[in-house]
Amino acid sequence: MNILVCISNVPDTTSKINFKEENTAFETQGVQFIINPNDEFGLTRAVWFQQKVGAKVTVVNVGDASCEPILRKCLAIGADQALRVDLQPKDGFEVATQLAAICKKESYDLIITGRESIDYNGGMVGGMLATLLEIPYVANCIQMDIASDEVSVQREIDGGKESLSATLPLVIGAQKGLVEEKDLIIPNMRGIMQARQKPLEVVPPEAAAPASKVQAFEKPAEKGPVKLVDAEDIDGLIDLLENEAKVL
Amino acid sequence: MAVVVYIESENGTPKKAGLEVASYGRALADAHGVSLVAVGFNLTDHERLNVFGVDKLYNIDTQGGVHFDVERYSEALAQVATKVSASLMVVSSSADGRYIGPIVAIKTDAAYMSNVVGLPSQYGPLQVKRTCFTNKAFNETQSTKERVVLSLSSNSYGLHEKPGTAEVLSGDYPVSSNSLKVESVEKATDKVSIADADIVVSGGRGLKGPENWHLIEDLADVLGAATACSKPVSDMGWRSHSEHVGQTGKPVASNLYIAIGVSGAIQHLAGINASKVKVVINSDPEAPFFKAADYGIVGDAFEVVPVLTEKLKARMQ
Ligand SMILES: Cc1cc2nc3c(=O)[nH]c(=O)nc-3n(C[C@H](O)[C@H](O)[C@H](O)COP(=O)(O)OP(=O)(O)OC[C@H]3O[C@@H](n4cnc5c(N)ncnc54)[C@H](O)[C@@H]3O)c2cc1C
Repeated sequence: MNILVCISNVPDTTSKINFKEENTAFETQGVQFIINPNDEFGLTRAVWFQQKVGAKVTVVNVGDASCEPILRKCLAIGADQALRVDLQPKDGFEVATQLAAICKKESYDLIITGRESIDYNGGMVGGMLATLLEIPYVANCIQMDIASDEVSVQREIDGGKESLSATLPLVIGAQKGLVEEKDLIIPNMRGIMQARQKPLEVVPPEAAAPASKVQAFEKPAEKGPVKLVDAEDIDGLIDLLENEAKVL
Repeated sequence: MAVVVYIESENGTPKKAGLEVASYGRALADAHGVSLVAVGFNLTDHERLNVFGVDKLYNIDTQGGVHFDVERYSEALAQVATKVSASLMVVSSSADGRYIGPIVAIKTDAAYMSNVVGLPSQYGPLQVKRTCFTNKAFNETQSTKERVVLSLSSNSYGLHEKPGTAEVLSGDYPVSSNSLKVESVEKATDKVSIADADIVVSGGRGLKGPENWHLIEDLADVLGAATACSKPVSDMGWRSHSEHVGQTGKPVASNLYIAIGVSGAIQHLAGINASKVKVVINSDPEAPFFKAADYGIVGDAFEVVPVLTEKLKARMQ
Protein backbone atom coordinates (compact mmCIF):
# COMPACT_ATOMS: atom_id res chain seq x y z
CA MET A 1 0.00 0.00 0.00
CA ASN A 2 1.24 3.43 -0.99
CA ILE A 3 0.26 6.31 1.31
CA LEU A 4 0.78 10.01 0.68
CA VAL A 5 0.46 12.39 3.63
CA CYS A 6 0.16 16.08 2.79
CA ILE A 7 1.92 18.27 5.32
CA SER A 8 1.40 21.94 6.01
CA ASN A 9 3.97 24.09 7.82
CA VAL A 10 2.09 26.25 10.35
CA PRO A 11 2.88 28.57 13.25
CA ASP A 12 2.98 26.91 16.66
CA THR A 13 -0.38 27.12 18.42
CA THR A 14 0.95 29.56 21.03
CA SER A 15 2.26 32.01 18.42
CA LYS A 16 1.37 35.67 18.59
CA ILE A 17 -0.07 36.53 15.22
CA ASN A 18 1.32 39.72 13.67
CA PHE A 19 1.43 41.13 10.17
CA LYS A 20 3.95 43.16 8.18
CA GLU A 21 4.19 45.07 4.89
CA GLU A 22 1.12 47.15 5.70
CA ASN A 23 -0.82 44.13 6.89
CA THR A 24 -0.41 42.21 3.66
CA ALA A 25 1.90 39.47 4.94
CA PHE A 26 2.24 37.27 8.00
CA GLU A 27 5.19 38.17 10.23
CA THR A 28 7.22 34.97 10.52
CA GLN A 29 9.98 36.53 12.61
CA GLY A 30 10.20 34.87 15.99
CA VAL A 31 7.54 32.32 15.07
CA GLN A 32 8.18 28.63 15.61
CA PHE A 33 6.77 26.41 12.86
CA ILE A 34 5.27 22.99 13.43
CA ILE A 35 3.59 20.19 11.50
CA ASN A 36 -0.07 21.19 11.23
CA PRO A 37 -1.67 19.23 14.13
CA ASN A 38 -4.39 17.67 11.93
CA ASP A 39 -1.71 16.49 9.49
CA GLU A 40 0.26 14.98 12.36
CA PHE A 41 -2.72 12.86 13.40
CA GLY A 42 -2.88 11.67 9.78
CA LEU A 43 0.84 10.97 9.57
CA THR A 44 0.71 8.97 12.80
CA ARG A 45 -2.05 6.76 11.37
CA ALA A 46 -0.02 6.32 8.17
CA VAL A 47 3.03 5.20 10.17
CA TRP A 48 0.76 2.74 11.97
CA PHE A 49 -0.22 1.22 8.59
CA GLN A 50 3.46 1.13 7.66
CA GLN A 51 4.28 -0.87 10.77
CA LYS A 52 1.24 -3.16 10.58
CA VAL A 53 0.95 -3.90 6.87
CA GLY A 54 4.20 -2.57 5.41
CA ALA A 55 2.69 0.47 3.76
CA LYS A 56 5.11 2.91 2.17
CA VAL A 57 4.64 6.41 3.54
CA THR A 58 5.56 9.48 1.51
CA VAL A 59 5.09 12.98 2.91
CA VAL A 60 4.67 15.99 0.67
CA ASN A 61 4.69 19.72 1.30
CA VAL A 62 4.03 22.53 -1.12
CA GLY A 63 6.29 25.26 0.17
CA ASP A 64 9.67 26.91 0.03
CA ALA A 65 12.94 25.66 1.54
CA SER A 66 11.97 27.01 4.97
CA CYS A 67 9.52 24.07 5.24
CA GLU A 68 12.24 21.43 5.11
CA PRO A 69 12.74 21.14 8.89
CA ILE A 70 9.17 19.90 9.38
CA LEU A 71 9.58 17.42 6.51
CA ARG A 72 12.70 16.12 8.27
CA LYS A 73 10.63 15.83 11.40
CA CYS A 74 8.05 13.76 9.48
CA LEU A 75 10.86 11.47 8.35
CA ALA A 76 12.07 11.19 11.95
CA ILE A 77 8.53 10.26 13.01
CA GLY A 78 8.67 7.43 10.49
CA ALA A 79 7.80 8.51 6.94
CA ASP A 80 9.92 6.74 4.31
CA GLN A 81 10.50 9.64 1.97
CA ALA A 82 9.63 13.28 1.49
CA LEU A 83 8.76 15.49 -1.45
CA ARG A 84 8.71 19.25 -1.49
CA VAL A 85 7.02 21.07 -4.33
CA ASP A 86 9.07 24.22 -4.56
CA LEU A 87 6.40 26.88 -4.49
CA GLN A 88 5.11 29.35 -1.93
CA PRO A 89 1.38 28.74 -2.45
CA LYS A 90 -1.17 31.57 -2.39
CA ASP A 91 -4.27 29.55 -1.61
CA GLY A 92 -5.58 26.07 -0.98
CA PHE A 93 -6.61 25.61 -4.59
CA GLU A 94 -3.02 26.13 -5.69
CA VAL A 95 -1.86 23.54 -3.13
CA ALA A 96 -4.50 21.05 -4.30
CA THR A 97 -3.49 21.57 -7.94
CA GLN A 98 0.18 20.88 -7.17
CA LEU A 99 -0.71 17.83 -5.09
CA ALA A 100 -2.93 16.49 -7.87
CA ALA A 101 0.05 16.68 -10.22
CA ILE A 102 2.12 14.66 -7.73
CA CYS A 103 -0.65 12.05 -7.46
CA LYS A 104 -0.80 11.69 -11.22
CA LYS A 105 2.90 10.85 -11.43
CA GLU A 106 2.78 8.04 -8.89
CA SER A 107 -0.29 6.16 -7.76
CA TYR A 108 -1.25 6.34 -4.12
CA ASP A 109 -3.90 4.12 -2.53
CA LEU A 110 -4.54 6.45 0.34
CA ILE A 111 -3.99 10.19 0.45
CA ILE A 112 -4.20 11.92 3.81
CA THR A 113 -4.58 15.65 4.29
CA GLY A 114 -5.43 17.45 7.51
CA ARG A 115 -9.04 18.48 8.10
CA GLU A 116 -7.78 22.05 7.82
CA SER A 117 -4.58 23.95 8.46
CA ILE A 118 -4.55 26.03 11.60
CA ASP A 119 -3.14 29.11 9.85
CA TYR A 120 -5.45 29.88 6.91
CA ASN A 121 -8.19 27.48 8.01
CA GLY A 122 -9.18 27.07 4.38
CA GLY A 123 -10.38 23.50 4.88
CA MET A 124 -10.33 22.88 1.15
CA VAL A 125 -7.21 20.98 0.11
CA GLY A 126 -8.51 17.44 0.71
CA GLY A 127 -11.88 17.90 -0.97
CA MET A 128 -10.40 19.74 -3.92
CA LEU A 129 -7.59 17.22 -4.39
CA ALA A 130 -10.01 14.29 -4.34
CA THR A 131 -12.33 16.00 -6.82
CA LEU A 132 -9.45 16.87 -9.15
CA LEU A 133 -8.41 13.20 -9.04
CA GLU A 134 -12.05 12.06 -9.35
CA ILE A 135 -11.83 9.88 -6.27
CA PRO A 136 -13.90 10.12 -3.06
CA TYR A 137 -13.11 12.25 -0.05
CA VAL A 138 -14.03 11.70 3.59
CA ALA A 139 -13.83 14.89 5.64
CA ASN A 140 -13.32 15.13 9.43
CA CYS A 141 -12.09 11.55 9.55
CA ILE A 142 -11.94 10.16 13.09
CA GLN A 143 -11.38 6.49 12.38
CA MET A 144 -10.10 4.38 9.55
CA ASP A 145 -9.46 0.70 9.00
CA ILE A 146 -8.46 -1.20 5.90
CA ALA A 147 -8.99 -4.91 5.32
CA SER A 148 -7.78 -5.88 1.83
CA ASP A 149 -9.73 -3.46 -0.38
CA GLU A 150 -12.51 -2.80 2.11
CA VAL A 151 -12.16 0.49 3.89
CA SER A 152 -14.26 1.51 6.85
CA VAL A 153 -14.11 5.10 8.00
CA GLN A 154 -15.87 7.32 10.46
CA ARG A 155 -16.64 10.96 9.87
CA GLU A 156 -17.41 13.38 12.64
CA ILE A 157 -20.69 15.15 11.93
CA ASP A 158 -22.42 17.89 13.89
CA GLY A 159 -23.67 16.20 17.03
CA GLY A 160 -22.38 12.73 16.30
CA LYS A 161 -20.56 10.49 13.89
CA GLU A 162 -21.20 8.63 10.68
CA SER A 163 -19.73 5.26 9.69
CA LEU A 164 -19.04 4.71 6.02
CA SER A 165 -17.64 2.04 3.81
CA ALA A 166 -15.36 3.16 1.02
CA THR A 167 -12.97 1.90 -1.58
CA LEU A 168 -9.39 2.79 -2.43
CA PRO A 169 -8.02 5.05 -3.73
CA LEU A 170 -9.38 7.50 -1.21
CA VAL A 171 -8.58 10.91 0.25
CA ILE A 172 -9.29 11.55 3.92
CA GLY A 173 -9.22 14.74 6.01
CA ALA A 174 -7.53 13.75 9.26
CA GLN A 175 -8.21 15.10 12.72
CA LYS A 176 -7.90 14.03 16.34
CA GLY A 177 -9.64 10.70 16.80
CA LEU A 178 -7.93 9.09 13.82
CA VAL A 179 -5.26 8.55 16.45
CA GLU A 180 -5.28 9.88 19.98
CA GLU A 181 -3.00 12.54 21.40
CA LYS A 182 -1.10 9.86 23.34
CA ASP A 183 -0.35 7.96 20.10
CA LEU A 184 1.62 10.86 18.61
CA ILE A 185 5.22 9.84 18.04
CA ILE A 186 8.00 11.94 19.54
CA PRO A 187 11.05 11.28 17.37
CA ASN A 188 13.93 9.60 19.18
CA MET A 189 17.63 9.98 18.44
CA ARG A 190 17.65 6.98 16.13
CA GLY A 191 14.70 8.34 14.18
CA ILE A 192 16.37 11.72 13.84
CA MET A 193 19.63 10.15 12.63
CA GLN A 194 17.79 7.93 10.13
CA ALA A 195 15.80 10.89 8.86
CA ARG A 196 19.01 12.52 7.64
CA GLN A 197 19.62 9.57 5.30
CA LYS A 198 16.09 9.37 3.95
CA PRO A 199 15.34 10.96 0.58
CA LEU A 200 13.89 14.49 0.47
CA GLU A 201 13.28 15.37 -3.13
CA VAL A 202 12.57 18.88 -4.37
CA VAL A 203 10.07 18.89 -7.22
CA PRO A 204 9.52 21.89 -9.52
CA PRO A 205 5.93 23.20 -9.47
CA GLU A 206 3.45 22.80 -12.31
CA ALA A 207 2.29 25.96 -14.03
CA ALA A 208 -1.02 26.78 -12.34
CA ALA A 209 -2.75 29.84 -10.92
CA PRO A 210 -4.38 30.30 -7.52
CA ALA A 211 -8.16 30.85 -7.32
CA SER A 212 -7.93 33.62 -4.75
CA LYS A 213 -5.50 35.97 -3.12
CA VAL A 214 -5.32 37.59 0.27
CA GLN A 215 -5.49 41.37 -0.04
CA ALA A 216 -4.96 42.28 3.60
CA PHE A 217 -4.93 40.94 7.14
CA GLU A 218 -6.56 42.48 10.13
CA LYS A 219 -6.52 41.77 13.84
CA PRO A 220 -9.74 41.67 15.83
CA ALA A 221 -10.61 44.88 17.66
CA GLU A 222 -9.28 45.11 21.20
CA LYS A 223 -11.85 43.85 23.62
CA GLY A 224 -13.09 45.99 26.49
CA PRO A 225 -12.44 44.81 30.05
CA VAL A 226 -14.51 42.03 31.57
CA LYS A 227 -17.46 43.04 33.73
CA LEU A 228 -17.04 41.23 37.00
CA VAL A 229 -20.09 40.16 38.96
CA ASP A 230 -19.89 39.15 42.60
CA ALA A 231 -20.21 35.41 43.21
CA GLU A 232 -23.12 36.14 45.56
CA ASP A 233 -24.95 38.22 42.97
CA ILE A 234 -26.16 35.64 40.47
CA ASP A 235 -29.28 37.72 39.79
CA GLY A 236 -26.96 40.51 38.69
CA LEU A 237 -25.35 38.22 36.11
CA ILE A 238 -28.70 37.02 34.79
CA ASP A 239 -29.88 40.61 34.53
CA LEU A 240 -26.79 41.61 32.50
CA LEU A 241 -27.15 38.63 30.16
CA GLU A 242 -30.83 39.32 29.68
CA ASN A 243 -30.96 43.10 29.43
CA GLU A 244 -27.50 44.26 28.43
CA ALA A 245 -26.10 41.43 26.31
CA LYS A 246 -29.61 40.28 25.29
CA VAL A 247 -28.55 36.66 24.90
CA LEU A 248 -31.10 34.89 27.09
CA MET B 1 -27.35 34.61 -13.55
CA ALA B 2 -28.25 33.54 -10.07
CA VAL B 3 -27.07 32.97 -6.55
CA VAL B 4 -27.36 29.32 -5.46
CA VAL B 5 -27.64 28.30 -1.82
CA TYR B 6 -27.54 24.84 -0.26
CA ILE B 7 -30.35 24.35 2.26
CA GLU B 8 -29.33 21.85 4.92
CA SER B 9 -32.16 19.99 6.54
CA GLU B 10 -32.99 17.49 9.22
CA ASN B 11 -35.95 15.16 8.70
CA GLY B 12 -37.19 17.27 5.82
CA THR B 13 -37.09 20.59 7.68
CA PRO B 14 -34.53 23.27 6.84
CA LYS B 15 -32.01 23.80 9.63
CA LYS B 16 -31.21 27.23 11.01
CA ALA B 17 -27.86 27.16 9.21
CA GLY B 18 -29.78 26.59 5.97
CA LEU B 19 -32.09 29.52 6.63
CA GLU B 20 -29.16 31.80 7.46
CA VAL B 21 -27.54 30.85 4.18
CA ALA B 22 -30.80 31.62 2.33
CA SER B 23 -31.01 34.97 4.07
CA TYR B 24 -27.43 35.80 3.14
CA GLY B 25 -27.98 34.56 -0.41
CA ARG B 26 -30.97 36.90 -0.74
CA ALA B 27 -28.75 39.88 0.07
CA LEU B 28 -26.15 38.74 -2.49
CA ALA B 29 -28.82 38.20 -5.13
CA ASP B 30 -30.24 41.69 -4.48
CA ALA B 31 -26.77 43.24 -4.75
CA HIS B 32 -26.38 41.59 -8.17
CA GLY B 33 -29.99 42.05 -9.25
CA VAL B 34 -30.33 38.31 -9.89
CA SER B 35 -32.55 35.56 -8.55
CA LEU B 36 -31.97 33.35 -5.52
CA VAL B 37 -32.06 29.64 -6.24
CA ALA B 38 -32.09 27.20 -3.34
CA VAL B 39 -31.14 23.54 -3.54
CA GLY B 40 -32.50 21.20 -0.88
CA PHE B 41 -32.85 17.45 -0.57
CA ASN B 42 -36.03 15.62 0.36
CA LEU B 43 -37.57 18.71 1.97
CA THR B 44 -41.09 18.19 3.24
CA ASP B 45 -41.46 21.47 5.04
CA HIS B 46 -40.13 24.19 2.77
CA GLU B 47 -42.66 26.95 3.40
CA ARG B 48 -40.18 28.65 5.69
CA LEU B 49 -37.93 29.35 2.73
CA ASN B 50 -40.58 31.78 1.45
CA VAL B 51 -39.93 33.92 4.49
CA PHE B 52 -36.34 34.45 3.40
CA GLY B 53 -37.00 35.37 -0.20
CA VAL B 54 -36.02 32.25 -2.12
CA ASP B 55 -37.19 32.66 -5.75
CA LYS B 56 -36.77 29.08 -6.86
CA LEU B 57 -36.29 25.87 -4.94
CA TYR B 58 -34.91 22.72 -6.46
CA ASN B 59 -36.22 20.15 -4.04
CA ILE B 60 -34.29 17.06 -4.99
CA ASP B 61 -35.74 13.69 -4.25
CA THR B 62 -32.96 11.18 -3.61
CA GLN B 63 -35.37 8.26 -3.82
CA GLY B 64 -35.20 7.09 -0.27
CA GLY B 65 -31.65 8.16 0.57
CA VAL B 66 -31.97 9.54 4.08
CA HIS B 67 -28.36 10.45 4.86
CA PHE B 68 -26.21 13.27 3.60
CA ASP B 69 -24.60 11.85 0.49
CA VAL B 70 -21.61 13.92 -0.51
CA GLU B 71 -21.23 12.48 -4.00
CA ARG B 72 -24.86 12.88 -4.93
CA TYR B 73 -25.42 16.23 -3.24
CA SER B 74 -22.31 17.85 -4.67
CA GLU B 75 -23.22 16.65 -8.15
CA ALA B 76 -26.75 18.03 -7.83
CA LEU B 77 -25.52 21.39 -6.56
CA ALA B 78 -22.96 21.64 -9.35
CA GLN B 79 -25.53 20.73 -12.00
CA VAL B 80 -28.13 23.18 -10.76
CA ALA B 81 -25.46 25.88 -10.48
CA THR B 82 -24.44 25.29 -14.07
CA LYS B 83 -28.04 25.19 -15.29
CA VAL B 84 -28.94 28.55 -13.72
CA SER B 85 -25.51 30.10 -14.51
CA ALA B 86 -24.71 30.75 -10.86
CA SER B 87 -21.94 33.22 -10.19
CA LEU B 88 -22.12 32.74 -6.44
CA MET B 89 -22.87 29.66 -4.38
CA VAL B 90 -23.25 29.63 -0.62
CA VAL B 91 -23.02 26.80 1.90
CA SER B 92 -23.02 26.97 5.69
CA SER B 93 -20.03 26.26 7.89
CA SER B 94 -21.54 23.10 9.35
CA ALA B 95 -19.60 19.84 9.01
CA ASP B 96 -21.61 19.01 5.87
CA GLY B 97 -21.39 22.53 4.44
CA ARG B 98 -17.61 22.64 4.71
CA TYR B 99 -17.42 19.14 3.30
CA ILE B 100 -19.37 19.84 0.16
CA GLY B 101 -18.10 23.40 -0.54
CA PRO B 102 -14.62 22.67 -1.92
CA ILE B 103 -15.95 19.74 -3.95
CA VAL B 104 -18.63 21.88 -5.60
CA ALA B 105 -16.00 24.57 -6.23
CA ILE B 106 -13.85 22.18 -8.28
CA LYS B 107 -16.86 20.77 -10.13
CA THR B 108 -17.96 24.27 -11.17
CA ASP B 109 -14.49 25.79 -11.67
CA ALA B 110 -15.09 28.23 -8.82
CA ALA B 111 -12.93 29.70 -6.10
CA TYR B 112 -13.76 28.59 -2.56
CA MET B 113 -13.66 30.77 0.54
CA SER B 114 -14.49 29.44 3.97
CA ASN B 115 -15.29 31.12 7.31
CA VAL B 116 -16.82 34.16 5.64
CA VAL B 117 -18.07 36.57 8.29
CA GLY B 118 -20.23 39.09 6.46
CA LEU B 119 -21.45 40.46 3.17
CA PRO B 120 -18.76 40.94 0.50
CA SER B 121 -16.72 44.12 0.85
CA GLN B 122 -16.59 44.25 -2.94
CA TYR B 123 -18.31 42.58 -5.90
CA GLY B 124 -16.42 42.02 -9.15
CA PRO B 125 -13.90 40.73 -8.35
CA LEU B 126 -15.61 39.36 -5.30
CA GLN B 127 -13.86 40.12 -2.03
CA VAL B 128 -14.90 38.89 1.41
CA LYS B 129 -13.71 39.09 4.97
CA ARG B 130 -12.98 35.73 6.55
CA THR B 131 -11.40 34.53 9.75
CA CYS B 132 -7.96 32.93 9.77
CA PHE B 133 -5.37 31.77 12.30
CA THR B 134 -8.29 30.11 14.10
CA ASN B 135 -10.02 33.40 14.92
CA LYS B 136 -6.84 35.19 15.92
CA ALA B 137 -7.13 37.33 12.76
CA PHE B 138 -9.20 38.15 9.68
CA ASN B 139 -8.23 38.45 6.07
CA GLU B 140 -9.77 40.09 3.04
CA THR B 141 -9.67 37.53 0.26
CA GLN B 142 -10.34 38.27 -3.38
CA SER B 143 -11.38 35.76 -6.00
CA THR B 144 -9.46 35.42 -9.24
CA LYS B 145 -12.20 33.23 -10.72
CA GLU B 146 -15.56 34.27 -12.09
CA ARG B 147 -17.50 31.91 -9.87
CA VAL B 148 -17.15 31.62 -6.12
CA VAL B 149 -18.38 29.19 -3.48
CA LEU B 150 -18.62 30.79 -0.04
CA SER B 151 -18.99 29.00 3.27
CA LEU B 152 -20.65 31.36 5.73
CA SER B 153 -19.65 31.28 9.41
CA SER B 154 -22.66 30.41 11.52
CA ASN B 155 -24.44 33.26 13.31
CA SER B 156 -22.31 35.78 11.42
CA TYR B 157 -25.12 37.14 9.23
CA GLY B 158 -28.27 36.15 11.08
CA LEU B 159 -31.80 35.70 9.79
CA HIS B 160 -33.33 38.59 7.85
CA GLU B 161 -36.87 38.09 6.66
CA LYS B 162 -37.88 39.02 3.14
CA PRO B 163 -41.17 37.34 2.32
CA GLY B 164 -41.85 36.02 -1.17
CA THR B 165 -43.04 32.88 -2.86
CA ALA B 166 -40.64 30.26 -4.07
CA GLU B 167 -41.36 28.31 -7.22
CA VAL B 168 -40.75 24.68 -6.30
CA LEU B 169 -39.12 22.39 -8.85
CA SER B 170 -38.25 18.78 -8.37
CA GLY B 171 -35.59 16.72 -10.00
CA ASP B 172 -32.91 14.23 -9.32
CA TYR B 173 -29.28 14.14 -10.33
CA PRO B 174 -28.18 10.59 -9.62
CA VAL B 175 -24.49 9.80 -9.83
CA SER B 176 -23.31 6.85 -11.86
CA SER B 177 -21.60 5.12 -8.97
CA ASN B 178 -21.32 5.78 -5.28
CA SER B 179 -17.98 4.81 -3.82
CA LEU B 180 -18.91 6.01 -0.34
CA LYS B 181 -21.74 4.35 1.46
CA VAL B 182 -23.16 5.47 4.79
CA GLU B 183 -23.51 2.38 7.00
CA SER B 184 -24.81 4.03 10.14
CA VAL B 185 -25.18 7.35 11.91
CA GLU B 186 -24.85 7.85 15.63
CA LYS B 187 -26.35 11.06 16.79
CA ALA B 188 -27.82 12.21 20.06
CA THR B 189 -31.31 13.27 19.03
CA ASP B 190 -32.24 14.83 22.34
CA LYS B 191 -29.32 17.25 22.41
CA VAL B 192 -28.45 20.27 20.33
CA SER B 193 -25.08 20.08 18.63
CA ILE B 194 -22.31 22.61 19.19
CA ALA B 195 -22.64 23.76 15.59
CA ASP B 196 -26.38 24.41 15.82
CA ALA B 197 -26.48 25.84 19.33
CA ASP B 198 -27.20 29.46 20.21
CA ILE B 199 -25.73 28.84 23.64
CA VAL B 200 -22.80 26.60 24.58
CA VAL B 201 -21.88 25.64 28.16
CA SER B 202 -18.32 24.42 28.44
CA GLY B 203 -16.43 22.72 31.26
CA GLY B 204 -12.70 22.49 31.94
CA ARG B 205 -10.35 20.65 34.20
CA GLY B 206 -11.56 22.84 37.08
CA LEU B 207 -14.57 20.53 37.39
CA LYS B 208 -12.21 17.89 38.81
CA GLY B 209 -13.81 14.81 37.27
CA PRO B 210 -16.50 13.40 34.99
CA GLU B 211 -18.77 12.69 37.97
CA ASN B 212 -19.29 16.45 38.35
CA TRP B 213 -20.53 17.03 34.82
CA HIS B 214 -24.14 17.23 35.97
CA LEU B 215 -23.26 20.84 36.82
CA ILE B 216 -22.61 21.53 33.14
CA GLU B 217 -25.46 19.38 31.85
CA ASP B 218 -28.09 20.81 34.18
CA LEU B 219 -27.17 24.37 33.26
CA ALA B 220 -27.14 23.47 29.56
CA ASP B 221 -30.56 21.82 29.91
CA VAL B 222 -32.15 24.92 31.37
CA LEU B 223 -30.68 27.07 28.62
CA GLY B 224 -31.33 24.64 25.76
CA ALA B 225 -27.58 24.80 25.24
CA ALA B 226 -25.01 22.41 23.82
CA THR B 227 -22.26 21.09 26.10
CA ALA B 228 -18.57 21.41 25.31
CA CYS B 229 -15.23 20.86 27.05
CA SER B 230 -11.55 21.78 26.94
CA LYS B 231 -8.96 19.54 25.31
CA PRO B 232 -7.49 17.90 28.45
CA VAL B 233 -11.00 16.99 29.55
CA SER B 234 -11.54 14.99 26.36
CA ASP B 235 -7.96 13.64 26.35
CA MET B 236 -8.51 12.22 29.83
CA GLY B 237 -11.74 10.63 28.64
CA TRP B 238 -13.95 12.61 30.99
CA ARG B 239 -16.02 13.64 27.99
CA SER B 240 -16.26 12.50 24.39
CA HIS B 241 -13.94 13.99 21.76
CA SER B 242 -16.91 15.43 19.96
CA GLU B 243 -17.20 17.98 22.78
CA HIS B 244 -13.60 19.18 22.51
CA VAL B 245 -13.58 22.79 21.36
CA GLY B 246 -10.67 25.04 20.49
CA GLN B 247 -7.93 25.32 17.95
CA THR B 248 -7.56 21.56 17.53
CA GLY B 249 -11.18 20.77 18.31
CA LYS B 250 -14.47 22.17 17.11
CA PRO B 251 -14.90 25.85 16.45
CA VAL B 252 -17.66 27.64 18.36
CA ALA B 253 -19.54 30.67 17.06
CA SER B 254 -22.52 30.78 19.40
CA ASN B 255 -24.35 33.82 20.72
CA LEU B 256 -23.40 32.95 24.29
CA TYR B 257 -20.45 30.86 25.50
CA ILE B 258 -20.23 30.03 29.19
CA ALA B 259 -16.87 28.65 30.33
CA ILE B 260 -16.73 26.94 33.71
CA GLY B 261 -13.41 25.91 35.24
CA VAL B 262 -11.63 26.59 31.95
CA SER B 263 -8.37 28.56 32.29
CA GLY B 264 -8.53 30.20 28.86
CA ALA B 265 -5.35 28.93 27.20
CA ILE B 266 -4.61 30.58 23.86
CA GLN B 267 -5.54 27.40 21.95
CA HIS B 268 -8.88 27.19 23.71
CA LEU B 269 -9.70 30.86 23.20
CA ALA B 270 -8.75 30.74 19.53
CA GLY B 271 -11.49 28.25 18.85
CA ILE B 272 -14.29 29.95 20.75
CA ASN B 273 -13.51 33.60 20.11
CA ALA B 274 -16.07 33.94 17.36
CA SER B 275 -18.80 33.60 20.00
CA LYS B 276 -20.58 36.89 20.57
CA VAL B 277 -20.83 37.00 24.36
CA LYS B 278 -18.46 35.10 26.63
CA VAL B 279 -18.99 34.41 30.33
CA VAL B 280 -16.35 32.89 32.59
CA ILE B 281 -16.78 31.28 36.00
CA ASN B 282 -13.40 30.51 37.53
CA SER B 283 -11.98 30.48 41.07
CA ASP B 284 -8.70 32.04 39.96
CA PRO B 285 -8.97 35.79 39.27
CA GLU B 286 -5.70 35.55 37.31
CA ALA B 287 -7.08 32.98 34.85
CA PRO B 288 -6.43 34.28 31.31
CA PHE B 289 -10.08 33.71 30.38
CA PHE B 290 -11.01 36.88 32.27
CA LYS B 291 -9.12 38.89 29.64
CA ALA B 292 -11.19 37.36 26.85
CA ALA B 293 -14.60 37.33 28.53
CA ASP B 294 -17.39 39.90 28.56
CA TYR B 295 -18.75 38.88 31.95
CA GLY B 296 -17.08 36.99 34.73
CA ILE B 297 -17.56 35.61 38.19
CA VAL B 298 -14.56 34.86 40.36
CA GLY B 299 -15.86 31.95 42.37
CA ASP B 300 -16.08 28.25 43.00
CA ALA B 301 -17.99 26.52 40.23
CA PHE B 302 -19.39 24.00 42.70
CA GLU B 303 -21.14 26.83 44.53
CA VAL B 304 -21.93 29.28 41.74
CA VAL B 305 -23.21 26.99 39.01
CA PRO B 306 -26.03 25.24 40.94
CA VAL B 307 -27.38 28.62 42.05
CA LEU B 308 -27.22 29.96 38.50
CA THR B 309 -29.04 26.88 37.21
CA GLU B 310 -31.76 27.13 39.87
CA LYS B 311 -32.33 30.82 39.29
CA LEU B 312 -32.52 30.38 35.53
CA LYS B 313 -34.93 27.51 35.99
CA ALA B 314 -37.17 29.65 38.19
CA ARG B 315 -37.02 32.45 35.64
CA MET B 316 -38.03 30.19 32.75
CA GLN B 317 -41.15 29.05 34.56
C1 LIG C 1 -0.90 22.02 20.03
C2 LIG C 1 -1.90 22.30 21.12
C3 LIG C 1 -3.24 22.39 20.78
C4 LIG C 1 -4.21 22.64 21.78
N1 LIG C 1 -5.52 22.75 21.41
C5 LIG C 1 -6.45 22.97 22.37
C6 LIG C 1 -7.82 23.08 22.04
O1 LIG C 1 -8.22 22.96 20.88
N2 LIG C 1 -8.72 23.30 23.02
C7 LIG C 1 -8.35 23.42 24.34
O2 LIG C 1 -9.23 23.62 25.19
N3 LIG C 1 -7.06 23.32 24.68
C8 LIG C 1 -6.10 23.10 23.73
N4 LIG C 1 -4.80 22.95 24.11
C9 LIG C 1 -4.48 22.87 25.56
C10 LIG C 1 -4.38 24.20 26.22
O3 LIG C 1 -3.07 24.70 26.10
C11 LIG C 1 -4.71 24.07 27.73
O4 LIG C 1 -3.85 23.12 28.29
C12 LIG C 1 -6.14 23.65 28.01
O5 LIG C 1 -7.06 24.44 27.27
C13 LIG C 1 -6.43 23.78 29.49
O6 LIG C 1 -7.66 23.19 29.79
P1 LIG C 1 -8.50 23.64 31.05
O7 LIG C 1 -8.75 25.07 30.97
O8 LIG C 1 -9.66 22.73 31.14
O9 LIG C 1 -7.53 23.23 32.27
P2 LIG C 1 -6.60 24.10 33.19
O10 LIG C 1 -5.70 24.97 32.40
O11 LIG C 1 -6.04 23.15 34.15
O12 LIG C 1 -7.60 25.09 33.91
C14 LIG C 1 -8.52 24.70 34.86
C15 LIG C 1 -9.13 25.98 35.41
O13 LIG C 1 -10.15 25.66 36.33
C16 LIG C 1 -10.10 26.58 37.40
N5 LIG C 1 -10.70 25.95 38.58
C17 LIG C 1 -10.20 24.99 39.38
N6 LIG C 1 -11.08 24.67 40.34
C18 LIG C 1 -12.17 25.43 40.15
C19 LIG C 1 -13.41 25.55 40.82
N7 LIG C 1 -13.73 24.79 41.86
N8 LIG C 1 -14.29 26.46 40.35
C20 LIG C 1 -14.00 27.25 39.28
N9 LIG C 1 -12.85 27.15 38.61
C21 LIG C 1 -11.95 26.25 39.04
C22 LIG C 1 -8.64 26.90 37.58
O14 LIG C 1 -8.50 28.19 38.17
C23 LIG C 1 -8.13 26.87 36.14
O15 LIG C 1 -8.18 28.16 35.56
C24 LIG C 1 -3.81 22.76 23.14
C25 LIG C 1 -2.46 22.69 23.46
C26 LIG C 1 -1.51 22.46 22.48
C27 LIG C 1 -0.07 22.41 22.89
